[in-house]
Amino acid sequence: MSSTDPMAEIRASFFVECEELLEALQDGLCALENGSDDGETIHVVFRAVHSIKGGAGAFGFDHLVQFSHQYETVLDAVRDGRLPVTPQLLNLFFRAADHLSDIIRAAREEENFPVQTSAAILAELDAQVTDAAPQSPPEEIAFAPVALNLDLNIADDVALHDDAQAKRFIIQFTPEPELFETGNDVPHIFAALAELGTLDVQCDTGRIPTLDLLVPEAVYLSWSLVLQTDVDEAEIASTFEFVEGLCDLQILPEPMAEMGAPYPENKSKLPSSDAPNAAPLQVDQPAPSTPTDTKKKTVIRVDIERVERLVNLVGELVINQAMLSQSMQSAGLSPHSDAMNGLEEFQRLTRDIQDSVMMIRAQPVKSLFQRMSRIVRETSASVSKDVRLITEGETTEVDKTVIERLADPLTHMIRNAVDHGIESAQSRVANGKPAHGEVRLKASHRSGRVVIDISDDGGGIDRDRVLEIAKTKGLVPTDAKLSDTEIDNLLFMPGFSTSSNVSDLSGRGVGMDVVKTAIHALGGRIAIQSTMGLGTSFSISLPLTLAVLDGMVVDVEGETLVVPLNVVSETVTLTDQNVEMVRSGCSIVRNRGGFLPLLDLGELLGYRDVTNCFVDRIALLLTLDDDMCVALVVDEIHDQRQVVIKGLDDSFYRAPGIAAATILGDGQIALILDPADIVAHAGTSEKTLSKHQVLEAHA
Amino acid sequence: MSLEILAVDDSRTMRDMIRLALEPVGFTVHTADDGVHGTEVLADIDPDVIITDINMPRMDGFGFIDAVREGAKHKMTPILVLTTEAAPEMKMRARTAGATGWIVKPFDPTKLVKALQMVAG
Amino acid sequence: MSDGDMKQPIELLTFKLGDQEYALEIMSVREIRGWTKATPMPLAPSFMRGVINLRGTVLPVIDLAERLGLPKCGQNNRNVIIVVKLEGHMTGLLVDAVSDIVALGNSDLQDPPDAAGGNGMHVIKSLTVIDERMIRVLDLAQVVVQAESDAA
Repeated sequence: MSSTDPMAEIRASFFVECEELLEALQDGLCALENGSDDGETIHVVFRAVHSIKGGAGAFGFDHLVQFSHQYETVLDAVRDGRLPVTPQLLNLFFRAADHLSDIIRAAREEENFPVQTSAAILAELDAQVTDAAPQSPPEEIAFAPVALNLDLNIADDVALHDDAQAKRFIIQFTPEPELFETGNDVPHIFAALAELGTLDVQCDTGRIPTLDLLVPEAVYLSWSLVLQTDVDEAEIASTFEFVEGLCDLQILPEPMAEMGAPYPENKSKLPSSDAPNAAPLQVDQPAPSTPTDTKKKTVIRVDIERVERLVNLVGELVINQAMLSQSMQSAGLSPHSDAMNGLEEFQRLTRDIQDSVMMIRAQPVKSLFQRMSRIVRETSASVSKDVRLITEGETTEVDKTVIERLADPLTHMIRNAVDHGIESAQSRVANGKPAHGEVRLKASHRSGRVVIDISDDGGGIDRDRVLEIAKTKGLVPTDAKLSDTEIDNLLFMPGFSTSSNVSDLSGRGVGMDVVKTAIHALGGRIAIQSTMGLGTSFSISLPLTLAVLDGMVVDVEGETLVVPLNVVSETVTLTDQNVEMVRSGCSIVRNRGGFLPLLDLGELLGYRDVTNCFVDRIALLLTLDDDMCVALVVDEIHDQRQVVIKGLDDSFYRAPGIAAATILGDGQIALILDPADIVAHAGTSEKTLSKHQVLEAHA
Repeated sequence: MSLEILAVDDSRTMRDMIRLALEPVGFTVHTADDGVHGTEVLADIDPDVIITDINMPRMDGFGFIDAVREGAKHKMTPILVLTTEAAPEMKMRARTAGATGWIVKPFDPTKLVKALQMVAG
Repeated sequence: MSDGDMKQPIELLTFKLGDQEYALEIMSVREIRGWTKATPMPLAPSFMRGVINLRGTVLPVIDLAERLGLPKCGQNNRNVIIVVKLEGHMTGLLVDAVSDIVALGNSDLQDPPDAAGGNGMHVIKSLTVIDERMIRVLDLAQVVVQAESDAA
């Protein structure tokens, strides 16, 4: 909270809070839907919308206030038992929640939200409460920039205010005991009055009984006040707003005639001698904020930028540590020396710090999954199918950036599943399936990676049709014979448009190739599996974080490169026994009874010309998606290490086969390979043959 | 003059707004997330004014006011209710529960300060 | 300030490419660095010199002479990289040597002749003459943005 604009910070925090409230709202609605609510649920749901409204008012998001108010009104009716929860009503609530989230997003992005788009759903909400015998009058939300509630018919006070004419009022004031019981006190009220002008106070003590008759809690005093002020009667009355009904009050304007007569220094007569004269604007020692310690909470909120900074610093630390260890090794220190032992400890600590820092960025995938449930609702409604989303593993944690960048590809896949995957109710029933379809979304951790499965219980991939389309589009030769897996993978090819009747949902000119590219950009891979008649499932495997990578550092033509370790299955030395040239520029390597295409990394990256002599060279055997295996020739293998991933500015130049870069111990940049991309790039020639084809060719 | 305030609201945004409105003018602001938390916090401090929201989990604003007024320690402490409802019955309910006054959200900082001074000097 | 010429003075960083002099508006220049070995980008267009480590970020470097169709920078230790920032993207421009910083009025700048044509002319925003030397003021957006689409 230093030099930054506190209002902007609160605004940002409001939107963070909105996210949480929307999540609570969604959770609550789900609980109401599946009957797992505990009676408190409707209150939680109500409060979520209510709090959004409250905050929105503070920032003047009028439309948000208006919409959440209407929403809240209906929820209130449910809360009071005036409105029963029906599936239709829940459906409306879900849609309203979606709409609410749209309005919030627009407010956050400072976009103009087309207010009229809310009209239909507002009308629906309105109809609910009209049916349920409205309890409160159609009170238009009094969210003018009025702060204190001055509901004393003072609509015109501005006009009166302006004529700045001093007037005199005579005020008769007799408090009732209740006034004091509610914590109000007379001197404060008078102090407030004194701020409006010049105040003369006379206390009538005539009713005070003798001591023996005095009841401690009774009130015996009354006051006569004369206020000379330029404000109007309503504003004076507003001073008494809190005590209205708790006192006997009369405010009478006095004729103008006696203006300026004997009211000198009246303030001194105030009952309370330490009457304040203004808000203490002079900063008297900005009170150290002593936030009450909330022991029950163990969560703190940190600006993501601070975390990013920490992540970067830790990245630097890792690089620095690598540099240090490099120079210590070259200094020829004994591995058993104290310095080297210390270095080892340093390495371990660095790695621990790095892991811990990465964990800070981890978030459960829940928010992402909730967004998907909305996509299912919207898509199924627009194609008139009954589709349910079943989620699993919502608490699985993934790097925040991964979650954010997963939203688009996942949205597309979910739409596809609902639109193309799930069959119509009739054909489902005809095939002995339940009429409603199911889409499952599951997250889990598997061997240091996050796996997200998207599956549907639809008709499965129609492989004959896929192959036919691919042939028509010239994506495969017309006489191609492909395995089931190969056909399924055609879906990921650029230029493969899925449906002959492109619906406006999953069509949109975006194909699965875009999904695949997006997943690859995250260092992930995607696999597809489908059984005719039973459904299709996609499996996305992602690294836990985008910030570090376990890599194998290799040399090619004097350049240092990093190969992601997770694709390297083994390394082999090439001999004239295991390498065989099919023709110039196309060799294969035999390993464990199989044949793999041999790719020269130096050639693929344009560092050297085609070579056919691989004897005594080293090759990395890579296992890519879909069991595609290749052997990648490199000049030298340095070591395996964790590297900090540095993004490349793709907008400028995107090198094929390169995913990112890292900074080595000597400060030089090494490029990180994208193995799948480099193989695909090589595939523009005929070098990449699937294992199966190589075997065929060899037979 | 500096007042010590306890603000009870389940909305972080609201708590932040109150803090932002009051700390620059030298007030000390304590906060609590709901009624139950409010009573816990109140055990250790003696604020000049309490500000409370109505709709809160665990213990709502009415329950909180009751709890505050029941104890001897804060029988007379002014309590302002933060409300989005301008409805008169809401105010009557708050008053019956023992609230001193009310502030309609959204408030502007000067008016909030004024309201606080009106009840606590 | 009464002088009309100086109403909107602009500051230019002038530098040499071969025997020609060029300039960039100083506002777009972040820093100037000595030449360090760049890591080449595979299969990149010839003007892409590769990437260098700029205090922990990866900075792409363009050989500006190559980019403008001039003979490639001869490498010597006077070679420098001018780090520029355009629309949030940082890019390094490899030049032979930085000469000077000059302040000019807008009227000192002339549009390049239309007829000049030829490759690379569209990247020149204006011309000016200082001490009888012709200086070509570059349109950075053209240099960098064009490079992108060329590379794509």
